[in-house]
Amino acid sequence: MLSFIIKRILSAIPVLFMVAILVFLVLRLAPGDPAVMIAGPNATPDQLQQLRESMGLTRPLLEQLIIWLTNMAHGDMGTSLISGKPATELIMDRFGPTLALSLSTVVLAIVVAIPLGVVAAWQRGKVLDRLVMGLSVLGFSVPVFIIGYVLILVFARILGWFPVQGYQPLSNGFVPFAQRLVLPSVALSFPYIALIARIVRTNVIEVMNEDYIRTARAKGLKESAVLMGHALGNAAVPIITIIGVSIAMLIGGVVVTESVFNIPGLGRLVLESVLARDYTVIQAVILLFSAIYVVINLVVDLLYGVFDPRIRY
Amino acid sequence: MTNQAETDLPVLSVRNVTIDTIPGGAKPIVRDISFDVRAGETVCVVGESGSGKSVTSMAMMGLLPKDALRVTGGQILLDGEDVLSVSEGRMRALRASKVSMVFQEPMTALNPVKTVGEQVDEVLRIHTKDSRAERRRKVLSMMERVHLPDVERIYRSYPHQLSGGQRQRIVIAMALILRPRLLLADEPTTALDVTTQKQILKLIKELQEEEGTAVVFVTHDFGVVSEIADRIVVMNRGDLVETGDCRQILSAPRQDYTRMLVSSVPSMQPRCAPLTDQPKVLEVVGLSKRYGKPGKSEVLAASDITFTVRKGEITGIIGESGSGKSTVARCVMRLTDPTEGAVVLQGQDIAPVRNLRAVRQKVQYIFQDPYRSLNPRRTIAQSLMEGLVNYGMPEREAREKAARTLELVNLPAAVMERYPHQFSGGQRQRIAIARAIVMEPDLLIADEAVSALDVSVQAQVLALFEDIRERTGISVLFITHDLRVAAQICNALVVMQKGCIVEQGATRDVLTNPSHPYTRALIDAAPAPDWDFQNFRPLPLAV
Repeated sequence: MLSFIIKRILSAIPVLFMVAILVFLVLRLAPGDPAVMIAGPNATPDQLQQLRESMGLTRPLLEQLIIWLTNMAHGDMGTSLISGKPATELIMDRFGPTLALSLSTVVLAIVVAIPLGVVAAWQRGKVLDRLVMGLSVLGFSVPVFIIGYVLILVFARILGWFPVQGYQPLSNGFVPFAQRLVLPSVALSFPYIALIARIVRTNVIEVMNEDYIRTARAKGLKESAVLMGHALGNAAVPIITIIGVSIAMLIGGVVVTESVFNIPGLGRLVLESVLARDYTVIQAVILLFSAIYVVINLVVDLLYGVFDPRIRY
Repeated sequence: MTNQAETDLPVLSVRNVTIDTIPGGAKPIVRDISFDVRAGETVCVVGESGSGKSVTSMAMMGLLPKDALRVTGGQILLDGEDVLSVSEGRMRALRASKVSMVFQEPMTALNPVKTVGEQVDEVLRIHTKDSRAERRRKVLSMMERVHLPDVERIYRSYPHQLSGGQRQRIVIAMALILRPRLLLADEPTTALDVTTQKQILKLIKELQEEEGTAVVFVTHDFGVVSEIADRIVVMNRGDLVETGDCRQILSAPRQDYTRMLVSSVPSMQPRCAPLTDQPKVLEVVGLSKRYGKPGKSEVLAASDITFTVRKGEITGIIGESGSGKSTVARCVMRLTDPTEGAVVLQGQDIAPVRNLRAVRQKVQYIFQDPYRSLNPRRTIAQSLMEGLVNYGMPEREAREKAARTLELVNLPAAVMERYPHQFSGGQRQRIAIARAIVMEPDLLIADEAVSALDVSVQAQVLALFEDIRERTGISVLFITHDLRVAAQICNALVVMQKGCIVEQGATRDVLTNPSHPYTRALIDAAPAPDWDFQNFRPLPLAV
């Protein structure tokens, strides 16, 4: 198992390397120029050229790439072209809010979706099942920003239960921290609840036809115990897979949600950096996301082994 | 408990039970069934697929699929209590404590993600108030009673870490740990090897005698029936045909259906001698097959296999699961490449041949499961003609040949435009045989080709094999685990164990005078070896 983990981590290095090169090249190919952004509309061509030279943007592309990769290999993510702050520092500042939002969303999605899916499987074809599945279509098809604005309107503006926008770190106390996370997490979790509930339902229904379910019933177990004790555990592997995929997709969704709820997280950082053509910061954040994907996949694979004793590494 | 057992009241009394589909069909699928089972008695419910025997036993457990089947009439009395009218909660309380069940497929009957100890423990957890330690002690002692080795380790094992026989012992432990009054066993040994089957039957008998349990044993296998039954209930297409005590049904069945069913069971009496004067069609010399990398993970699936099949001969390869018999067949067919050795077909060694196109036509394969071996989206004509057309025969000619071949397997040429789902299992296997022999191969490989069939259909298909052999002079490599089937049609036998041939020779010699202890054990394990089912009497000369 340890050798499996080490192998997987080592195999992530070439992946991250490829991502790094791709990101670098794609950004350089994209239109826009960070020097123009900094110097503003009134700068003369000479000033611009000088600025570019000082930022190192006039060197050959390959040279820029090698410098960047070498720095990366030494753990130096570079400094922001715009603010001059180290990219690592910018990311660390913004990491907290995004982590809090993502975690609360994932936990919420799992906690809500699994019971919904199990209930739908149990009541297959009946009213409750149709209701859950109908809602899941809705949750899937309505964009996050619409759900977000509706939630703000109802729960923040009309009912006044939660603040409209913003973020407070946990260090300022749990209540303000949690209060500001509820609405964005709920908004962001909708499509994942829909997705996970559907997968849970499908897989539980499939498992319910297995022989060992009949065995469990023949023992005299209640239907609820059959579902929770025997069916769900056997449906776990595909459910974990989809949860892993959801977390990966979530990172994309965070960009929109953070904008709607004005949360200073990584999503906002990406947006700001893209608009300012702040190459180093974009590169650093995307590499970070890639590394997170790799870790999520590894964790998912390891969890397979936890839930299914037949899978061993 | 004891005074109940002593009274004359049967443990189980099935009275006029009728089971119908939801919504009701033209005819209920089980009609007006009645029989009793007393304490300590074993009643075998025998019937072919579709007879309603399994549905009836599921009804006794209250486990009929709610949205598909329901009992529309009658009573099922368990110690006088009608299980059809009790509440859901009461039924749950009865399950495992008063009536429990052992299922056919031990490979799938256990939850793969829980340890077997936990699964047996669960029965005690929901039906008793025992402490955790007390339950553990009881589970371990029950595991010992079903003769599992090293029970502490088994307790912590997951199902996939146990053999089929061990899993079935776990299922039995689970079923009997609360000492139910009635045990329903639905084909509990059908998926097991004969030697394991024998042990499991012995175990059920032993536990039944200790506890005075009433047993309903659902099976299609008359060999098993004759070993264990006190009384027999014969079912056919939802009707109860006949009941009687074991000896009476086997020796003097009253109903035609029962006579047909009993006489379809092949006897252990060898009938064919090898044809030593015929030319050799297949010679396998020193064949070995290794899987995995040499060294640690290497598995020797077949080792130094040498045998010969002559023209017009049916040579049986017999052995239990994992003996390597299918590996040998796959090597002969070149579905997998042998690691060593020669496969000489009509004088040509096909083991090293790279271009298999010519070889494929000469060797044809018939698989075990007729429900999965025909492409459901192709008509019978398409399936039969594909190979011929592939080898360059004009379509018109191929169609005529396919029609002639169908007649050879006793199907009218009119079935050509139908699809496989429109046929029964037996008919499908005939089609699969037609599909193979239409290519006019030198060698036919039949891999457990009759194992999935009902006994009456099996008898017909076996007769068909012999008929085709007579008419075409084809050679057959017949792979089976069933000694009765082998005795019935094989000229010569090859007995395999753990990848090696332990014995081979004329069928008569191997079966009547086995030289290897493993062959002896296989013969001893075959249920009722000394009963001549075809003639309703014991075999005149003991095998």
